[in-house]
Amino acid sequence: MAKRIDVSGLSAYYGTTKAIEDISMTVEPRSVTAFIGPSGCGKSTFLRTLNRMHEVIPGARVEGKVLLDDENLYASAVDPVAVRRTVGMVFQRPNPFPTMSIYDNVAAGLKLAGVKKKSVLDGVVEKSLQGANLWNEVKDRLNKPGSGLSGGQQQRLCIARAIAVEPQVLLMDEPCSALDPISTLAIEDLIGELKSQFTIVIVTHNMQQAARVSDRTAFFNLAGVGQPGKLVELDDTQRIFSNPSVQATEDYISGRFG
Amino acid sequence: MSTATDSVAVAPQLRRGLTTNRLPSWAPAGIAVLSIVIGVAIGLLGSLDSKIQWGLLAGLAFVGLTYGLSAKVEGRRQAKDRLATSVVWLAFVLAVIPLAALVFYTVQQGASVVDARFLNHSMKGVLQTEAGGGVYHALLGTLMQVALATAMAAPIGLLTAVYLVEYGRGRLAKAVTFFVDVMTGIPSIVAGLFILSLWILLFGFQYSGFAGSLALAILMVPVVVRSTEEMLKLVPNELREASYALGVPKWKTILRVVLPTAIGGITTGVMLAVARITGETAPVMMLVFGSDIINENPFEGPQQSLPLYIWQQYQTNNDFGYARAWGAALVLIAFVMALNLVARGIARWRSPKSGH
Repeated sequence: MAKRIDVSGLSAYYGTTKAIEDISMTVEPRSVTAFIGPSGCGKSTFLRTLNRMHEVIPGARVEGKVLLDDENLYASAVDPVAVRRTVGMVFQRPNPFPTMSIYDNVAAGLKLAGVKKKSVLDGVVEKSLQGANLWNEVKDRLNKPGSGLSGGQQQRLCIARAIAVEPQVLLMDEPCSALDPISTLAIEDLIGELKSQFTIVIVTHNMQQAARVSDRTAFFNLAGVGQPGKLVELDDTQRIFSNPSVQATEDYISGRFG
Repeated sequence: MSTATDSVAVAPQLRRGLTTNRLPSWAPAGIAVLSIVIGVAIGLLGSLDSKIQWGLLAGLAFVGLTYGLSAKVEGRRQAKDRLATSVVWLAFVLAVIPLAALVFYTVQQGASVVDARFLNHSMKGVLQTEAGGGVYHALLGTLMQVALATAMAAPIGLLTAVYLVEYGRGRLAKAVTFFVDVMTGIPSIVAGLFILSLWILLFGFQYSGFAGSLALAILMVPVVVRSTEEMLKLVPNELREASYALGVPKWKTILRVVLPTAIGGITTGVMLAVARITGETAPVMMLVFGSDIINENPFEGPQQSLPLYIWQQYQTNNDFGYARAWGAALVLIAFVMALNLVARGIARWRSPKSGH
């Protein structure tokens, strides 16, 4: 189920602006990798290059290679739609489809891919909602609109929707930044459970969160305003937070920066 | 605490209490009644002929009295607030009067004419100078012409809007936007002339309901494009991204996520465009030609339509014709109003649901 990601020499642009420069890293399968760093350093941009969501923005382009178990996502024969089926994504703000019920939201990925069999969909919806720790809260109102749930529930609904299509990798772009501490805890627990099946990459501004949920942590930084973001270092989370090898990382995680 | 003392020092003239004198809550209504009385009184005493003058006096009295009283009792700031509110109310009343008067007058004049017989009879064999006859052929014609025009314009407009919002980049999109803008400004008679010269004079087809609906479609397309465009732009990008991230192709995202989210607004826009072309007279006059008998085939031979019927009955210059014109006007207004209600119903029914 889970795949390894190998990135080499990756730069991403918005029009003529270089957002991230020459990033190389390896993301291990069945682990949680956290990206931390100041705002505007390109964490989210880099995350979006991992499932070719970056190019959805007009004028955006990517140079370099992203290997998913030896397959280059940016090879010319690769279909971005197929990439996104393999590498799922959860966004910063919960974004359930407003016209769909809870059930249809979770089933959306499969339904829109042409799966029609009710028994298959029922099974996937239940499994995904259970996987997202939401089943017990919504099992009696699967036909109610997804937008009627609380923020934390909506975000777990979006996670259920993302894992319903059984991706190999799950990208999470600050999934807890719009949530209260209790919902955040629920999602962090969930991440801990999901890593047995998926390769998870999470962007977060919350360093305690990175320390709590991730196995490895990558620190991104930028040299100055208008400069592209760069990967400073990637190491075991424990080492990053106790004894990082780069001074900038230590400054950032201990609050001495600027 | 220090800031509070500072501000006292800086602005000692400011009043410090939290309570002020207030006008009672019935004051605006009371002032409105008083102003109407004043308007009527001055009108009667000054023997002003025009009721419009009475109304204007009442309006002025309303605004003036509100401001004066409020300034006296509540102070200047409150008085300005009340002044703005009273002007808004006045503008509202001014806007509603013609609307209400139009509906009232049409119902008054038309209600006695409209009955089952009027609705299911044509003008076949009825002399212009005698009573009787009906509107059936015109209603049928209008329904067919509008339906045909919508069948042509709605898909074209919808797809154009989808192109502009979801795909359009660069020169082509700019050109399309420009031409849609130009089309919005086409006078209906010009659209009629265009189809007349192209369809009837150049291609040699007959006058028909379809020829009219071609011109109506030209008028309808830009309205549909504009409203649909606005509705599609309102769909948050996050929903598109959520769909892409599930591995859903773009076309399917548009079809299954974007359009359903916007469908309420799109339907309302199309219905309003339909309502707009239903009342068009000029192209119909040139292309549909008008007829006194029922023509159930919109593709062949002259048809009738409601606006044209109204105009023709008005032209007869006698009381029976006028009565039929009012009756047809009432039918037309009711038809358009029904369309609007249906549009609102659909918008409410299909709009994204929230809550439980």
